[in-house]
Amino acid sequence: MSSLVIAEHDNSSIKPSTLNTISAALACGGDVHVLVAGHNAGAAAAAAAQIAGVGKVLHADHDSLGHGLAENVAAQVLAIASAYSHILFPATVYGKNIAPRVAAKLDVAQVSDITKVLAADTFERPIYAGNAIATVQSLDATKVLTVRTTAFDPVAATGGSAAVDVVAAQAASADVHFVGSEIARNDRPELTAAKIIVSGGRALGSNEKFMEVMTPLADKLGAAMGASRAAVDAGYAPNDWQVGQTGKIVAPQLYIACGISGAIQHLAGMKDSKVIVAINKDVEAPIFSVADYGLEADLFNAVPEMVRAL
Amino acid sequence: MKILVPVKRVVDYNVKVRVKSDGSGVDIANVKMSMNPFDEIAIEEAMRLKEKGVATEVIAVSCGPAACSETLRTAMAIGADRAILVQTDDELQPLAVAKIIKALMDKEQVSLVILGKQAIDDDCNQTGQMLAALSDRPQATFASKLEIADGKATVTREVDGGSETLHLTLPAIITTDLRLNEPRYVTLPNIMKAKKKPLDTMSPADLGVDTTPRIKTIKVVEPPARSAGVKVADVAALIDKLKNEAKVI
Repeated sequence: MSSLVIAEHDNSSIKPSTLNTISAALACGGDVHVLVAGHNAGAAAAAAAQIAGVGKVLHADHDSLGHGLAENVAAQVLAIASAYSHILFPATVYGKNIAPRVAAKLDVAQVSDITKVLAADTFERPIYAGNAIATVQSLDATKVLTVRTTAFDPVAATGGSAAVDVVAAQAASADVHFVGSEIARNDRPELTAAKIIVSGGRALGSNEKFMEVMTPLADKLGAAMGASRAAVDAGYAPNDWQVGQTGKIVAPQLYIACGISGAIQHLAGMKDSKVIVAINKDVEAPIFSVADYGLEADLFNAVPEMVRAL
Repeated sequence: MKILVPVKRVVDYNVKVRVKSDGSGVDIANVKMSMNPFDEIAIEEAMRLKEKGVATEVIAVSCGPAACSETLRTAMAIGADRAILVQTDDELQPLAVAKIIKALMDKEQVSLVILGKQAIDDDCNQTGQMLAALSDRPQATFASKLEIADGKATVTREVDGGSETLHLTLPAIITTDLRLNEPRYVTLPNIMKAKKKPLDTMSPADLGVDTTPRIKTIKVVEPPARSAGVKVADVAALIDKLKNEAKVI
């Protein structure tokens, strides 16, 4: 029995989600190998070899793998899949895009978003926006899993000394071409890995107000910024800030929800946070039912006051 | 060009489901059922392509019990030209659904399949990608913008930190994200019209698909409850609690 973890990386470094996924792979038992499929990704492969608990790194390098296209990365995984009992991806935009392609080609089911490994074939996963937890057993020979990163403590990024084996790149799909990307650069911590998140809801009223009120608090706390679906839908905040059932699942040390009512879909994304603060002027807001500290106040007064007091 | 849009009948997003006391699943008897919200976005996008003259026909398909025909009527009220119900009372998992859609994709010779990125009941986020793999076609998941020209789809996808754009050669598989469009309201005249549109029924076996589940649900339980904490009087009290009690700042 051995596991293959598909590393999420930017060709030069390994993303933190990979460390949580390796942790889940170790819980499945057996050796853990890591595939780094990228372009000019030698640095990422070298970093993967340093990760504690990794037995071997497989490095596939080609132009066609540089942007993580699902068609090409899946083909790369399939070329080596037969050697593994478990194939694990982080349940991130990257992993969710690729994993089902691998499962379908292997004619096996995929278990999405696992939060606990109970046995090599038995896992827990949330369903219905986390309102129920299912224990499921995979009946297939190969287990293809995506891992909810917040449910597994990351392994150490250093301390390992795995060998890096180069594997041949597979032929690229002729039917898909990467045109370009628009990625907003910012110095904030990544939402799913942040220790503190400040998150805003529809009560912010506009994109300008959202940024004007929430940014200073995030700056002061060194926090990542999140938003409710309502705020994202209304265009107040970027899509990838959305915390909730169909957005990001987060579990920071501190989650500060400002002007967020607390729909079940939002709670699904943040209720595993260690400490939850709710600032809302609606005393009936459901967010107060999960908040460790609730402050009944107008966020337009309370948030700037917090910034001044911190 | 034909577009196929799979739609799933799910517990309405406003319903807070309850776990059955015997732990066998969630209680969905007598709860409101609706079309999966991301699938509404998929139908809307298909209709916009038809209204622009890019698509000639929009076919909605749903897999499951007879009641899925209601979901298909909704899809036709939004504008789908006809519908296919692949009827079964057996449990259907994403791999089986992907195989059914693949069989229909071949049978109907469609150029584009638009699906919701995720169903809000099982939260799997698998079917579109599996369909793309089974049909050996390119995919663009989490789409926020879609344009079709010259046998190619140009798709903007939501990714971490922003967006990326892909060119796909048709036939292709697209899954929808929130910002692709805002679905139209269904009007009464269109609901009446939808009742007269053709709805074919077939079984998975008719399409040669084995739907045997590959994942066994052993039990379903309530998540650990999170209890409400305390209300604080003002910002100063809040900061004091965070610093000295919770010690998180």
